[in-house]
Amino acid sequence: MSKQRIIVVGNGMVGHKFIDTIISDDSVDYEVITFSEESRLAYDRVQLSYFFSGKSADDLALTDATYYQENGIKFVLNDKVVDLDFANKQVVTQSGRIEDYDKLVLATGSFPFVPPIPGNDQEHCHVYRTIDDLEGITESGKTSKVGVVIGGGLLGLEAGNALVNLGLETHIVEFAPRLMAVQLDDGGGALLRRKIEDLGVKVHTEKATSEIVAGEFCRYRMNFADGSFLETDTIIFSAGIRPQDELARSSGLTIGERGGIVINNHCQTSVADVYAIGECALWENFIFGLVAPGYQMAKVAASHIKGEAKHVFTGADMSTKLKLLGVDVASIGEVHGRTAGAQSYTYHDEIEQVYKRLIVSADGKKVVGAVLVGDVEAYGSLLQLMLNDMDLPENPSALILPTAGDEQASGLGVEALPDSASICSCFDVSKGDIKEAVAAGCTSMSELKGSTNVSTGCGGCSSLAKQVLDSELANLGFEVKNDICEHFAYSRHELVDIIRVKKIKTFDEMLNRCGEGLGCEICKPAVGSILASYWNDYVLEDAHIELQDTNDIYLGNMQKDGTYSVVPRVAGGEITPDKLIVLGSVAKEFDLYTKLTGGQRVDLFGAQLHELPIIWKKLIDAGFETGHAYGKSLRTVKSCVGSTWCRYGVKDSVGFAIEIENRYKGLRSPHKIKFGVSGCTRECAEAQTKDVGLIATDKGWNMYVCGNGGMRPRHGDLFATDLTDEMLQKYTDRFLMFYIRTADRLQRTSVWLENLEGGLDYLREVIIEDKLNIAEELESEMAENIKNYQCEWKTTIESPEKMKRFKHFANSEELDNSLSFTTQREQRFPSSKASAQPIKIIELTE
Amino acid sequence: MKAELSQEWITICEQQDLTPNAGTCVQFNKEQVAIFFCQRNKSLYAVANFDPIGQANVISRGIMGSIQGKTYVSSPLYKQHFDLITGECLESPEHSLKTYAVRVDDELIQLKEAC
Repeated sequence: MSKQRIIVVGNGMVGHKFIDTIISDDSVDYEVITFSEESRLAYDRVQLSYFFSGKSADDLALTDATYYQENGIKFVLNDKVVDLDFANKQVVTQSGRIEDYDKLVLATGSFPFVPPIPGNDQEHCHVYRTIDDLEGITESGKTSKVGVVIGGGLLGLEAGNALVNLGLETHIVEFAPRLMAVQLDDGGGALLRRKIEDLGVKVHTEKATSEIVAGEFCRYRMNFADGSFLETDTIIFSAGIRPQDELARSSGLTIGERGGIVINNHCQTSVADVYAIGECALWENFIFGLVAPGYQMAKVAASHIKGEAKHVFTGADMSTKLKLLGVDVASIGEVHGRTAGAQSYTYHDEIEQVYKRLIVSADGKKVVGAVLVGDVEAYGSLLQLMLNDMDLPENPSALILPTAGDEQASGLGVEALPDSASICSCFDVSKGDIKEAVAAGCTSMSELKGSTNVSTGCGGCSSLAKQVLDSELANLGFEVKNDICEHFAYSRHELVDIIRVKKIKTFDEMLNRCGEGLGCEICKPAVGSILASYWNDYVLEDAHIELQDTNDIYLGNMQKDGTYSVVPRVAGGEITPDKLIVLGSVAKEFDLYTKLTGGQRVDLFGAQLHELPIIWKKLIDAGFETGHAYGKSLRTVKSCVGSTWCRYGVKDSVGFAIEIENRYKGLRSPHKIKFGVSGCTRECAEAQTKDVGLIATDKGWNMYVCGNGGMRPRHGDLFATDLTDEMLQKYTDRFLMFYIRTADRLQRTSVWLENLEGGLDYLREVIIEDKLNIAEELESEMAENIKNYQCEWKTTIESPEKMKRFKHFANSEELDNSLSFTTQREQRFPSSKASAQPIKIIELTE
Repeated sequence: MKAELSQEWITICEQQDLTPNAGTCVQFNKEQVAIFFCQRNKSLYAVANFDPIGQANVISRGIMGSIQGKTYVSSPLYKQHFDLITGECLESPEHSLKTYAVRVDDELIQLKEAC
């Protein structure tokens, strides 16, 4: 008997999931053909928005041609199936291709609904569904200043984020009176709106667009039914989805009144051997517009085709948790008061901008639904309570109140969950599945993701999955390995403790006591940094030389041609005209390429080894000192001009920034540290993107911690408010030393906090409440550090012995003759290198 | 001319000119050579100073270490590892470093072309 032939129409996420499920079972062998009208194989539409933060189409791909070929799956791209012939069991494509099937699976998905507004089909009007759409939006963005999203639902807000990322003035126009009308209640919707407006996005609710015409100031003008209008250059429609049922409809399958291919609990349609799954399918008069139910349907259909009927589709939970425009939002269960007798608890903090509402059953025992905006910590616990029909704890309000002290008291311990509890709804991974994977040898999140796919969809369950993993590992008596490298069987935190307690002062001592081999470029700089943090020796002591990266040895940042950059400290970004002239004349004398940095100072590039001490001598004589741009240490304290000049400033931000920069300069840490100080809430110093950010209020300083710009931006968390200068200094001392003591190597404060057990609350307990009783110790360690500060360049140029290092050859006065330069825009640049191949950088982070 | 020179040990510098457990760049027969002195296993290594991947004369400024017993230097530019005995790049063997013979003779560091 020949193999059964399955045709899958549509290669989106759900179609691919079906194929993946069918081929993962080795006991059956099918011939599978899939058709897609798109030019790409399945990709992750849930993560589509990441396309704007740099992910490529390849990054989003869920599969590739090789994988399909290896598994014997035929795929046909760019060819739409246009007819289904159920009598002969054949499909016909646009290009005239005819293929036979034994089983047919329709996974045609949905299409974005574009309201029938006159003028909706113009060049810069888009929808938001495919990579092609996003490419079109990007193109339009290049010639636009203003962008509008029509539709304030979940996807509309994602689209709004895309416009923000493209740098457009962004508006969201919604027909309903609130944002995310389906998932949120009035309170949640209002707070979400406020938060989004704080980010500069303009929200217009209760607006019905009546036409799109040529604009006066922008490309288009949208006229609203109430007589008002809005001008824009680009428009994205995100007014909901409609099931893509055209093919099924024209072929005679039963279709719901408002669209959708009618299916039963096995995902069978009205015709034998034809299935429908995902957003095109209508189950009990309901379309499921999320990926998780689609995946469930894929499993159900696959199991029915295999004749197992092991799974049935009985509806799906539509709870969601996500970050929209940087705002955490979650919705669980039923939130619109349709459950008879339901009552609710509401927590609304207008200061911290947090809204939580928990809706419980009439008897007060079960979770009916919940809305969370601004703080979604409780999502995992509440969802599990609802899905597993568990009884609420005695005092349900504790589930949404801010946790005071004991984290476990209000949260739901993962131990309490039954094995059947679904942890990851995208990939239908239960607690039992994770237990099995751990028993089979998984010991890390990355291994767990690899074997179960948990947290690889929307990622919303990652913290819950990690908790289950950790608790299972602990149950099995595993010790979680955290060794820094092959030479030391310790984590960085443990190395810190060893060095502090045993008062170890050199790498040799360290290696003899608890290491082996010669060390490497991971443990050497890590130990060097810890030694510097605790004993604050001059980093170029002979015993420490081998521990330093070239940047630390030569006190400059090595550039691609082997020359170095020179960055003197300009505390707080304040510089006198005379000093600025010195920088200019030094740069001119040594022909150094000159550029301003993001940290409000001046970077001089292209200095050769022998020039470095001469340059620094001149700078030091003029009153400069090293800026530590080369070190894992305090970089800059960025400030706005503050109350001395600014009409709005409430505090002298520059003066305070200079004070801070001078206090912490030279401090060695696991990674670089940046501060920002803003003189008022307008936040011109962008302090919330720094490791420590200070914003002046009329009552003192608001302190933000663990923000980050760069590759993975993170807004700092508000740590404490209205602090006096003195309290702020105490907290900052403690915070920095606690970070230095406990972080992993090359771990910025942002990632450190995310990995810190107990999170921000725990950090407050340690720093503010001194729960560990170490505040005094941390402060005195910092005081010691400050006392031992020295300008490394000053120490270096004062020592003839150290100066010997600053020449290219140990045995000759000649220079490196391979250097060559070109001139562009009146400045000097390294000549481009012969090798134009991309260079693979060896990652040292793991 | 070069062939003749290569037969001879040539004195380059004094031992005290080298930094323990780190590299030093020297000139030898008009070539740039990176000498590493490992104090822990009392060994000397000499390899070309030119990083074939980063295309710059920087190898002497890399960090030395060991991976499973092999002594290596890690390029300061893009962090590839080069075996200090064979010169082989552990990540991409097609980019290997030339090696030189090196010894200490009466506290003087001497080099010659590897045989």
